[in-house]
Amino acid sequence: MIATSLASLWYGFGVALEPHNLMFCFIGVLVGNMVGVLPGMGPLATISILLPLTFGMKPVAAILMLGGVMYGAQYGGAICSILLNLPCHPPHAVTCLDGYPMTKQGRGGVALGLTVFASFVGASWGITEMIFLSPLLVRAALQFGPAEVCSLMLLGLLAGSTLARGSPIKGVAMTVLGLFLSSVGTDLETGSERYTFGMTELDDGIELIALALGLFGIAEFMNTVNQVAPINTKYTNIKFKDMRPTKADFKRSFFPMWRGTIIGSLCALIPGTGPTIASFVAYATEKKISKHPELFGTGLIEGVVCPEASTHSSVQGDFIPTMSLGIPGDAVMALLLGALMIQGIVPGPQLISQHPDIFWGLVASFWIGNIMLVLLNVPLIGIWVKMLAIPYKYLYPSAMFFVCIGVYAANNDFFQVGEVVAIGLFGYILLRLGFHPAPILLGFVLGSRFEENFRRAMLISRGDIMVFIERPISAVFITLCAILIGSQIYFRLKGAKADIEPADENAGISGGPVEAEIAARRVSATPAE
Amino acid sequence: MQHSHSQFSDLLRKRDFYAGGLMMLLGLGIALKGATYRAGSLMHMGPGFLPTALGIILVLLGIAIAAVALTPSGGGEEDQRVLPEHPQWWAWLCILMSPVLFIFFGRYFGMAPGTFACVFVAALGDKAATWRGTIILATVVTIFGVGLFSYFLQIPMPIFTWRGGL
Repeated sequence: MIATSLASLWYGFGVALEPHNLMFCFIGVLVGNMVGVLPGMGPLATISILLPLTFGMKPVAAILMLGGVMYGAQYGGAICSILLNLPCHPPHAVTCLDGYPMTKQGRGGVALGLTVFASFVGASWGITEMIFLSPLLVRAALQFGPAEVCSLMLLGLLAGSTLARGSPIKGVAMTVLGLFLSSVGTDLETGSERYTFGMTELDDGIELIALALGLFGIAEFMNTVNQVAPINTKYTNIKFKDMRPTKADFKRSFFPMWRGTIIGSLCALIPGTGPTIASFVAYATEKKISKHPELFGTGLIEGVVCPEASTHSSVQGDFIPTMSLGIPGDAVMALLLGALMIQGIVPGPQLISQHPDIFWGLVASFWIGNIMLVLLNVPLIGIWVKMLAIPYKYLYPSAMFFVCIGVYAANNDFFQVGEVVAIGLFGYILLRLGFHPAPILLGFVLGSRFEENFRRAMLISRGDIMVFIERPISAVFITLCAILIGSQIYFRLKGAKADIEPADENAGISGGPVEAEIAARRVSATPAE
Repeated sequence: MQHSHSQFSDLLRKRDFYAGGLMMLLGLGIALKGATYRAGSLMHMGPGFLPTALGIILVLLGIAIAAVALTPSGGGEEDQRVLPEHPQWWAWLCILMSPVLFIFFGRYFGMAPGTFACVFVAALGDKAATWRGTIILATVVTIFGVGLFSYFLQIPMPIFTWRGGL
């Protein structure tokens, strides 16, 4: 088993090192790193913008590039948090707490240097986990019939919507909306049109790119325009030699780094708990086991490396369910899966055996990409820091153009540009009403496969809905769903403000105070210091 | 985060109330429209089955969201305003008009005018925007964008045209 994995990995390196693929991997991590630094642009918006550019590319190159954007952005986000105290990228929000005080003490360079190192350690662990766990998961998943697939999807959707940020019930509502949106257009089985209201342009359904760019592009721009505080660049003058940590720093961050890595990889295995939750749990744990918890928040290196390692380990680990089961854990993964589907590749457990070049090429490219990122970040940090000063007033109009042309290029159709306006406005209304639109994408991407499998399961069981409980594996998934919902209700009734990690094993460590602290920071950081 | 009295005027300020209402309306619309499609039986599901079911679930979730807003500590979110503190009507309009102008100018005059109009209008939304800066930004993005998308990526859209019906 291990030998086959290693042999496949070797093959993957062959794929990833092809000059063509190597180039796109490099472009991906470079762009990702860049937008990770820019406040106000997230990986979701960037991947959606780059998605149309990948239509002409081979599937392997496309997924390597988009994956690179995803983890590249994680390296950049830390810079923003540590040097500017801007928690603009959720997974790195917690890094502000100790990163920025370090910057104020003139040790921002050291924090960045060790962050890059911790990130690499975390990512390496996540990748290793992916190499050995994915084939095991696939072997189990290949035994699944439609009923099992259906209840597994249900579990993934519920976890993705209830464990994410914000109110769980609103998250579920967004997922249901996403599932509905995927049913717009021609019904695959009967050929009848649904919810097209006579518009022939909607026959093929709502375009994934229009949905993603509307929700994460236009709606986000409407949310942030004229709300961005002027950036304080007082501490951003970082030189290469500032980044070298002392031996004592290194020693102190060694164990926190590994603890963070392990927490991150555990969080990645629970569907729905992405990097953001991983970093919060890691910080809280580190604070709890520390001998001097009162010093956290004053610039401890432990408080920087632990959440960062955790974020990266979880980002790589998130690819495991996405690639081996075809069930994305969060919106970014849903988008990557959507990119594969646009290329005509059906996600699911058969992906690894049918398209080994994609899976193993991707895994190998993670190593290559992470090494590239370490090499890029160390000398280029000065340039990234300068990019922090690009004002939002230049950023979002340029991004608007990419949104328009990207949606147009998907089908060479102006109708879809109109679609993006409508979705953007609707998305902004949802944002203002306290909904997080990310689960919409999750539901949308899984929707058609969910419906197909549900129909098939019902056909096989002759219309007996009890089949989901009667089949043992499916029953396990349904039980987990019930536990998930039950624990949410329990925490709500208990009155605990369990926003961060309500149904997590580590439920004892409440993320609440940490989040409140960050909110306080955000307010205090905005006036010019 | 104090919601002391659950008076009716208090309720109207809670955005969860509107959030729940919106979900109920959407769900109702989806379910009613879905009921016009053939539902079929559980064994042989028609095209209307799942969407109708989803619509009904959405209505129930909407009721639950609104019900949470009724409880004194409901919502739990600090921000209960529907509009942000400083509503940016002008900027919102600019952002939404930007793709609309892209469609209009793109369809009748070609990619370059479409791009220029799109970036120009979007940039006007920022309160620090100046005419000069906006024109420069729009020009730069147009040159770069046309170069990238028309020459490099070969998007089939004429750079300049006159009422060319695409």
